[in-house]
Amino acid sequence: MTNVLYDVPGPRAKRRNLLYTVVFLAALGVLIWWVVLSLADKGQLEWSKWAPFFTDSRTWSTYLLPALENTLLGAALAMVIALPLGALFGIARLSDHWWVLGAAGTVVEFFRAIPVLILMLFANAAYSQFTDISPSSRPLYAVVTGLVLYNASVLAEVVRAGILALPAGQTDAAKAIGMRKGQTMTYVLLPQSVTAMLPALVSQLVVIVKDTALGGAMLGFSELLASVRPMSANYGANTIAGFTVVAVIFVALNFALTTFAGWLEGRLRRGKKSTGAVVGVDAVEELATPGEHVGQAEETK
Amino acid sequence: MFDFLEGYDLLGAFWVTVQLTVYSAIGSLIWGTLLAAMRVSPVPLMRGFGTAYVNIVRNIPLTVIIVFTSLGLFQTLNVSLGADDFTTINFRLAVLGLIAYTAAFVCEALRSGINTVPVGQVEAARAIGLSFPQVLRLIVLPQAFRSVVGPLANVLIALTKNTTVAAAIGVAEAALLMREMIENEAQLILISAIFAVGFICLTLPTGLFLGWVAKKVAVKR
Repeated sequence: MTNVLYDVPGPRAKRRNLLYTVVFLAALGVLIWWVVLSLADKGQLEWSKWAPFFTDSRTWSTYLLPALENTLLGAALAMVIALPLGALFGIARLSDHWWVLGAAGTVVEFFRAIPVLILMLFANAAYSQFTDISPSSRPLYAVVTGLVLYNASVLAEVVRAGILALPAGQTDAAKAIGMRKGQTMTYVLLPQSVTAMLPALVSQLVVIVKDTALGGAMLGFSELLASVRPMSANYGANTIAGFTVVAVIFVALNFALTTFAGWLEGRLRRGKKSTGAVVGVDAVEELATPGEHVGQAEETK
Repeated sequence: MFDFLEGYDLLGAFWVTVQLTVYSAIGSLIWGTLLAAMRVSPVPLMRGFGTAYVNIVRNIPLTVIIVFTSLGLFQTLNVSLGADDFTTINFRLAVLGLIAYTAAFVCEALRSGINTVPVGQVEAARAIGLSFPQVLRLIVLPQAFRSVVGPLANVLIALTKNTTVAAAIGVAEAALLMREMIENEAQLILISAIFAVGFICLTLPTGLFLGWVAKKVAVKR
C-alpha cells in the first residue's frame, strides 16, 4: 500500500530523499555517539562487564537459563489453563439463555478492564492468606493465576470472534441435518474456529510472555527480568549489559512468535481448503479492550 | 466498614495513574505519529529505522523498559530528566518508558489506518497531479484518521492499564498503593475490589465512549 502513496522518484525527488537520508543519518549518529559516550563515561562498555555473557557458561547455567525456563513455564501454564476457560466463557457468551450470556459477559468485561498487575497482587496476597502454598512457589502461582484470570477473558473474546467469523452456512447445514445446539458447537463450529483463531492465540502468547516480567518486578518471581539484579551484583555492576542480554532474549523469543503468527495468518487467508475465516493478529488488541464487541468492531472495518 | 481506608490517599493514587496516562498518551501520540510518518516515507533509511524500532520495542516487556529507565538510565547513567527529588524523577522516567513503549503501538494503529484507505483513492489523487504532501493532507490522512479512532482507543485503554507497571519503580500510583494496603490491612477482598472498580471506572467508560465515537466517524465503505 505505502508504495502507491508516491510516484517513482525522479531526479529532484531522489536528491531530496538523499538530503533527508543524510540529515536523518546525522541525527541518528549524534544520538548513538551520545549513548556510546555516556556508556563509556560510566565504564559500562568495558569488556569485563560483557565478558560473563560470552566467555563464562556459568552465567547462562546459573542465571539466564533457569530464569528463561521460569518465564516459559509461567507463560505456558497460563496459556494452557486460560485456553479451556476462555473457550468455556467464549461459548457461554454465544448462549441463547440471557442469564448465561449476562453472567459470562460480566465476568469477561470485568477481567478485561483490570490491569494484570492488580490481579497478580490480589492472587499473591490471597494465596498467602488462605492457602499454605510455600512462599518459594507462591510467586509462580500468583503470576499464573493473574495471567489466567486476565487472559481467559481475552481468549473468551478470541474464541467468540473465531466462531462468529465462520460462515453462517456452517450452522445452517448443521441444523439441516438435525444436529442439536451442543452438537453443532462441538462437531462443527469449535473445530473450525480453532484453526481460524490460531494466529490470535499465538499473538496473545506474546502478550503473556511479556506480562510474566511483571511477576519478576513486583512479586519476586525469578524470571528473566529478575535475573538482572543478581547478575549485576555478581559481575561488577554490569546493569546495561544484563538488560541488553535479557532484552535480546525477549525480542528473539517474541519476534519468532510474532513472525509465526503472521505466517499462520497468511497461510489461512490464502488457503483453499479452509472457510477463509480468520481471527487475525491485529484483532487481539481490540479483543483485549473492555467495552468493545466483535460485531461492532467488524462494522468499523 | 471502610475505616481501614483512613491514612491512605486513594484518590491521590488514582490521580497519579490518570496523570501518567495523560502525559504518556500525549507523548506517545506525538512520537508514534513521527514513527508512522517514517514508516510510510519514501526514504529507505527512515522506513528501516521505523520498522526496526517498532519490532524491537513491541517485543520487549514494558516492565523491562520501565525497570531499565530506573536501574539503567537513572542509577547507572545518571539521567534524571531535569528533576531533583526521587518522586519526580521516577514519575518522569515512568512516563518516558511508557511513551517509548506505547508509541510503537500508536505507530502501528496509524499505519493500519493509512492502509484502510483504498488504493484507488491515492491513485486518483496522483492522477490529477497532487504531490505527496497533498496526497497525504487532502486525501489519505482525513480518511485514515476517521478509521483510526477505534484502534487508538484500544491503545489508550491498554496504556491506562499499563501505567500500573510504573509501580515497579516506585511511582506512587494505584497498584503501588494497593500493594501497600494489602500488606498492612486485613480486608484483602474489599481492598482489591475497590482498586478493581477504580480501574473499571477509568477504562470501561473510555472504551464505550470511544467505541461509539469510532463507529460514528468511521468511513462507511
